[in-house]
Amino acid sequence: MRQSKDKNKKKNIDKPGKFKSHKDLPPMAVSLLPTSINKTGCWRALTPVIDYDKCISCMLCWKFCPEICITPEDKPKIILEYCKGCGICAYECPKKAIQMKNK
Amino acid sequence: MKLTIPSEELLNSGNAACQGCGALLAMRYCLKALGEKTVIVVPAGCWTILSGAFPTSAFKIPMFHTAFETAASCACGVKAALRMQGKDDINVLAWAGDGGTFDIGIQALSGAAERNDDFIYICYDNEAYMNTGIQRSSSTPYGAATTTTPANMPKNTHKKDIVEIMIGHNMPYVATASVAYPEDFIRKIQYAKSIKGTKFIHIMAPCPPGWKYSSEKTIELGRLAVNSGIFPLYEFKEGRYIVRKIDNKIPVEKYLLLQGRFKHMSKELIGQIQSYVDRHLAILSAKEKMQF
Amino acid sequence: MKLVITGNHAAAYGAKLAKPEVISAYPITPQTEIVEKLAVMVADNEFKSEFIKVESEHSAMAACIGAEAAGSRAFTATSSQGLALMHEMLHWAANARLPIVMVNVNRAMAPPWTIWADQTDSLAQRDTGWLQFYCENNQEILDTVIQAYKISEAVSLPSMILLDAFFLSHTSEPVEIPDQELVDKFLPKFNPEYKLDINSPKAFGGLVTQEWYYELRYKIQQSMQESKKLICDVGQEYRRAFGRGYGLIEEYGTANADILIVTSGSMVATTKDVIDEVGKKRKLGLVKIRSFRPFPNEEIKRVAKGVKKLIVIDRNISFGNEGIFFTETKAALAGLKNRPEVYGFVAGLGGREVTDEDILKIVDIVSSGEAEEFNWFGLK
Repeated sequence: MRQSKDKNKKKNIDKPGKFKSHKDLPPMAVSLLPTSINKTGCWRALTPVIDYDKCISCMLCWKFCPEICITPEDKPKIILEYCKGCGICAYECPKKAIQMKNK
Repeated sequence: MKLTIPSEELLNSGNAACQGCGALLAMRYCLKALGEKTVIVVPAGCWTILSGAFPTSAFKIPMFHTAFETAASCACGVKAALRMQGKDDINVLAWAGDGGTFDIGIQALSGAAERNDDFIYICYDNEAYMNTGIQRSSSTPYGAATTTTPANMPKNTHKKDIVEIMIGHNMPYVATASVAYPEDFIRKIQYAKSIKGTKFIHIMAPCPPGWKYSSEKTIELGRLAVNSGIFPLYEFKEGRYIVRKIDNKIPVEKYLLLQGRFKHMSKELIGQIQSYVDRHLAILSAKEKMQF
Repeated sequence: MKLVITGNHAAAYGAKLAKPEVISAYPITPQTEIVEKLAVMVADNEFKSEFIKVESEHSAMAACIGAEAAGSRAFTATSSQGLALMHEMLHWAANARLPIVMVNVNRAMAPPWTIWADQTDSLAQRDTGWLQFYCENNQEILDTVIQAYKISEAVSLPSMILLDAFFLSHTSEPVEIPDQELVDKFLPKFNPEYKLDINSPKAFGGLVTQEWYYELRYKIQQSMQESKKLICDVGQEYRRAFGRGYGLIEEYGTANADILIVTSGSMVATTKDVIDEVGKKRKLGLVKIRSFRPFPNEEIKRVAKGVKKLIVIDRNISFGNEGIFFTETKAALAGLKNRPEVYGFVAGLGGREVTDEDILKIVDIVSSGEAEEFNWFGLK
């Protein structure tokens, strides 16, 4: 909310979100990065695996994935970086084309 | 492949939601329905954490954290400001949990609804104060075990009927929606977006740790809740009730016993709940037939 | 244009001239005329604003917060119980760095029920991060509302403008209403760098751990400190534009004074009469504290040099300690060598009148050596 006075001050940071001192901080807590820097895939206990022979591209897995980590394409892919292994995709798949496996 | 819901994603992955979180899925659908010309106001609740710790954001739209009980009042201020700036086409969304809606937030919500301020209020209902560790709220169903109503002294009052309370405010649109029925969910939000005034949508958001079920059953529980009549899908618009018919009604027991929070329930109590649900469905059906 | 108007109406005119785009308020005696006047001005199209008639003061502040977050100037007004109800959101407004301006009519806290003047309501909010300006008369109320927007928007912290219930809120005095054009020149449109903007989406207020919360708080303190000079600069700029200047404090008859009365609010006007009458004779002067937050530590140190006694008169009390201006004045002088003696008097709680005779009696109690360090004046 500061009127353009400190646009000229150079911020002493290597990349956004990596602060060194209070001088680098914005005046209030405001986001500078997306949460996608957090790779929540490490939370998984079980990993979904798609059997493309059974898959009919109905896209129910994409539709019901809370983490938005299934791609909307004819052969949907699981983005393992983010998949938390909830198992909804496997449970909802009408052809049982997805199995939750120990990986 | 055919997509039955919009493909655009306005949420980022990598948030702190539990595996299988219904509230996360609800937000995903809601933002698909509203599009990027949307500003969201979020009070304390699970979504405080899901929205990302500083300096990250789970959203691709502007978002403001506000105090627990102020989702509706803060959203009114945002909308008034945007309208004064000539930006009336921007959707303003207040997104609160059941605690912030049924309990501490009900005053601000009622005030806003009575004024018919122009914004959409969505309550994502996981039926307890989940963010603080599963304490009961006035939305917790009869007989449920929570940390403040343990299994040997479970909640002994029925869930507050927030939808009927809101219908009593002369609002242009009140509806219920479920993450198990995304097309219906999105249709309702898109309708709300198209009209002026205060719109209230009550969403059931199943919660694996709070309801104590295995995370892959989130959608299944949503379906069972709707088809047992525990969470009927209906709308109130233009003075009429529009109730989604349940084709194959299932007994409430099938829904209740999938969840650890109900496993202590006696057959007698389950019977009472079945009667309560049947009566509620009959009243809804009668209301649908009434012409106002 | 000069009008004879009450303090409440002066506040309303000040707000109107600042052109807030959103007003959101809830009625409480004795603030009601502020919002009624503004509602009529909006209805009569005297200026364009959205007036949200909220269902409580807590919601009033929440709506102002939403409006400012979205980039619009916002205004509200309240008093005592209403201010207390807003407490949580006062913290929120300051911590979110939103330059809301609010007028609070200083009214005593209940129970028992009361509607009369007392500063405890606003002083109980001193730690929330709001700037606080205590007004002496109705002209100052109007002038300070306008200046407060300029100051607040520069430092990104909210301001509250205080006026005593009934003594100012309901008493008519002549007030010069500045021209809108001149005010527009003095106070440019609100244009925040950070706001809710679909073209540059950001999330405000997310979780902060021990890693950076401390530094974010330091930044608020820094801005408060910066505001000290700004309050004086803006006060001087206001003098150049409108002929009336303001600062953090005001010294009245302090040259050659041995005893200084330190006070705030409507008691300042009464004390000025006393100084006019007997100031020279009794070597008595007045220091008006206008800005309570930020507290004018340096100014208090400066005026206290060479003075024998300070008498601080508080229309408030912090139970378990003393009058609040008294405590803070003493603290400001703590590091000074050769400090004057400082005496504190609580007077006028619950709207009891503090007349010019009362003020002289207080001075006499001190001069006669009968005063304790901290005293309750006129206790029955």
